[in-house]
Amino acid sequence: MSNAAWPDTIFEQLLAHHVQQVAYVPDAGHSQLIERCRAHADMITVPLTTEEEGVALLGGAWLGGQRGVLLMQSSGVGNCINMLSLTRVCRFPLLMLVTMRGQWGEFNPWQIPMGQSSEAVLQLANVLTYPVEHGEDMAATVDAAARIVFNGPSAAAVLISQRLIGAKTFGK
Amino acid sequence: MNNLQRSEQYPLRRRAVVKQLLDAMPEALVITGLGATAWDVTAAGDSPRQFPLWGAMGGAAMIGLGLALAQPQRRVLVITGDGELLMGLGGLATIAVQRPANLVLAVIDNERYGETGMQLTHSAYGVDFAAIARGAGFERCFSIADNTDWATHLPTLASADGPLLATIKVRAEVLPLVLPPKDGVTLKDRFRAAILPAET
Repeated sequence: MSNAAWPDTIFEQLLAHHVQQVAYVPDAGHSQLIERCRAHADMITVPLTTEEEGVALLGGAWLGGQRGVLLMQSSGVGNCINMLSLTRVCRFPLLMLVTMRGQWGEFNPWQIPMGQSSEAVLQLANVLTYPVEHGEDMAATVDAAARIVFNGPSAAAVLISQRLIGAKTFGK
Repeated sequence: MNNLQRSEQYPLRRRAVVKQLLDAMPEALVITGLGATAWDVTAAGDSPRQFPLWGAMGGAAMIGLGLALAQPQRRVLVITGDGELLMGLGGLATIAVQRPANLVLAVIDNERYGETGMQLTHSAYGVDFAAIARGAGFERCFSIADNTDWATHLPTLASADGPLLATIKVRAEVLPLVLPPKDGVTLKDRFRAAILPAET
């Protein structure tokens, strides 16, 4: 599979797992996936002002019988920490798909602290983590994470490598 | 009168306001913020269709949005405090973009952080939640300060299309704690069992 196709494989997995609420903070790495979700009649797309809104939103979605996903980049992981206590205490399902910054050829040093600590921070908050380095692993990884999330319920994050996405270069 | 004293004189009382809200919307699904609004709702009567928070400060309105989107045929009533809403103000913009007609936010505004010692919140200095929600694009926004306002707007809150937000100025007072169940899994499971078809 070409790297360019991985957002489409994620979209197919979201459909297969009956994900209906798609919460996101706009992100270059997720732009193709977000557009596919926005174009789908049975998905409710919810742009957020900050990532912890999505953690709370998807708890409410589950109370009402719907499954959701949170699309974000690694700089938003820290924003979620206290709200993840809701997920943990109530055992809500939470599927996070995180595009990594500050990891591979990063131009912007301000992205490095949160990018480098994202996986450890998520694990401290009781979120399972599944790094993906290669596009051909994407479908199986998202499928495995979604099964653990919705059958648990559990919280899990798929961490999509910056090597796979391509580093933003700021024209340099 | 200074900011500290002002809300001690407000005529509306929080326990009566919350009871009347719940009585006006007996079929509503209810989310509360942490702290005093959770005690208020429980004082009016615990129910599996109520999901009171004990933490997750700033999350009540967004939990209400996720629920309202998932259950568009049912009215969703979020009852939260001024301090709790202040921690998630961006959520008002997110709600306004979705425009859920079935979502009602009732802000029980005593201008204090009740659980930490009744310190002043930003609303004591004039921060106006109804104006913020109106600016975000909510369908209907009200500021309720006395019994006349309350009698005028309660029927609208109970039945008009939203998203609606009402700031209800209530007296700053310390009341007996009336605690809901504390276990999050219990609160979640009983809520889902009460409103969703049985899982097969």
